[in-house]
Amino acid sequence: MNDFLFVFRNDPAVMPGMSPEALQNSMQKWMDWIGGIAAQGKLVDRGNRLANEGNVVRPSQVVTDGPYIETKESVGGFIMVRAGSLDEATEMAKGCPILFAGGNVEVRPIIRM
Amino acid sequence: MENQELIPHLFRTEYRKITAVLSKTFGLEHIEIAQDIASDTFLQASEMWGIKGVPDNPVAWLYTVARNKTLDYLRRDKLFKEKVTGQVVRSSPPGEEIDIDLSARNITDSQLQMMFAICHPSLPVESQIGLALNVLCGFGISEIASAFLTSKETINKRLYRAREKLRTEEVKMEFPAESDIESRLEAVLKTLYLLFNEGFYSAGKDITLRKDVCIEAMWLTKMLTENAGTDSPPVNALLALMCFHASRFEARTNPQGETVLYQDQDESLWDATLICRGENYLNRASVGQQLSRYHLEAAIGYWHTIKADTPEKWEHILQYYNQLLILEYSPIAALNRTYALAKARSKREAICEAEKLNLAGNHLYHSLLGELYLGIDDRKALECFNASLSLAKSRADRLLLAEKIRRIGETC
Repeated sequence: MNDFLFVFRNDPAVMPGMSPEALQNSMQKWMDWIGGIAAQGKLVDRGNRLANEGNVVRPSQVVTDGPYIETKESVGGFIMVRAGSLDEATEMAKGCPILFAGGNVEVRPIIRM
Repeated sequence: MENQELIPHLFRTEYRKITAVLSKTFGLEHIEIAQDIASDTFLQASEMWGIKGVPDNPVAWLYTVARNKTLDYLRRDKLFKEKVTGQVVRSSPPGEEIDIDLSARNITDSQLQMMFAICHPSLPVESQIGLALNVLCGFGISEIASAFLTSKETINKRLYRAREKLRTEEVKMEFPAESDIESRLEAVLKTLYLLFNEGFYSAGKDITLRKDVCIEAMWLTKMLTENAGTDSPPVNALLALMCFHASRFEARTNPQGETVLYQDQDESLWDATLICRGENYLNRASVGQQLSRYHLEAAIGYWHTIKADTPEKWEHILQYYNQLLILEYSPIAALNRTYALAKARSKREAICEAEKLNLAGNHLYHSLLGELYLGIDDRKALECFNASLSLAKSRADRLLLAEKIRRIGETC
């Protein structure tokens, strides 16, 4: 078994535009999906959500506001799961609700130092 | 209360108090002596009260006898007196009578400190539960053995090792430091939770005994809620959870002693007073930011006290199970979540999730799967119940499964 990081990316403009009902609905879908992974005993770290705002520090101390300045998608959160292979982890990611809201999941094996 | 009921009743309530106060007096490494004196006191009570009748104030009588026995012991055994490390004995001026402080305040403090000592993280969980049953609940060796479905010898050894461990780890009778209270309290709650479950879920046949274990666990938890230093939201949540579960105690077994499943229970047998108390503790638990597993389990317990079988009810239960699993995995929570999923959404969705659970060695997994396949594919359901039966160990489980299989066989 290995650990994998799921990185969730989405257009940061999508979330704020949602109605309370849609938000509630989306929340429930996320809980069902992560709960399903946890029910298999494969959730290593529930991770966290990231706020939309932020800074990026570039060489020569250049600071730009917002990590998504050059792209329409930004990292919105992450979790860590356990799986037998990259394929299995990828299969798990296919149920992620973000895929039905225009986002994507990046699945990356974690190399323990 | 009749004489023959009075002594066991007092034993339950007073044994732990005397033991706790004396252990504090002597130092915890002499807990056995404290227990012996407490037992002796009750022995004398049962002899004397039988002949002379019950004294006007039985509790005061017990305390006086325990105090005298202790002073006798200290007088007789000078060497012991020099060895003891307990604060009270050590700080008393030489030549003066030692005061055994049996004031209400000291009794409460000593019991709480005993709880923290017994639930010390250096002790294996099994030892903690054994000691809790023996010292805090006043259960005898044979009662503990029958609660754990094991031999008296095993329990004796376990308790012996546990007391050894208290000594070698130099566990003291004291309140944890402010900075440790949260983590130490968490350990206490975990033990009380397991203690309750031992009574509630054990396969032991003695239902009265199992109920007593639950009552004692609740009593100890209640004591934590009555003390400002330990009255935290998770403590109240745990007590709420215990109340909700215990409310179904009468309904979950039929007069033949067989298990009655939740959906088949007669809700008029549910204890409304306990449910009401549970709600009260759950309200008290709902302050602050902390959401412990006890909060989630209490919330699940609360929804189970509502009999109406609506998708809304199961949706709530499902979401609490999701949160519980995210906090901490357990096979039983995984199975219950899948059941809630079937009730809140659909059996097909639940089957899909169940297939991923990887719990093929667990008989409950197969009976859940059987339950889900019922009405969709009865032949498959039958296979699952048979698989469950081949793995089930307890008589109660086997009876339930055999009945299910028989009923499906009739319609298949």
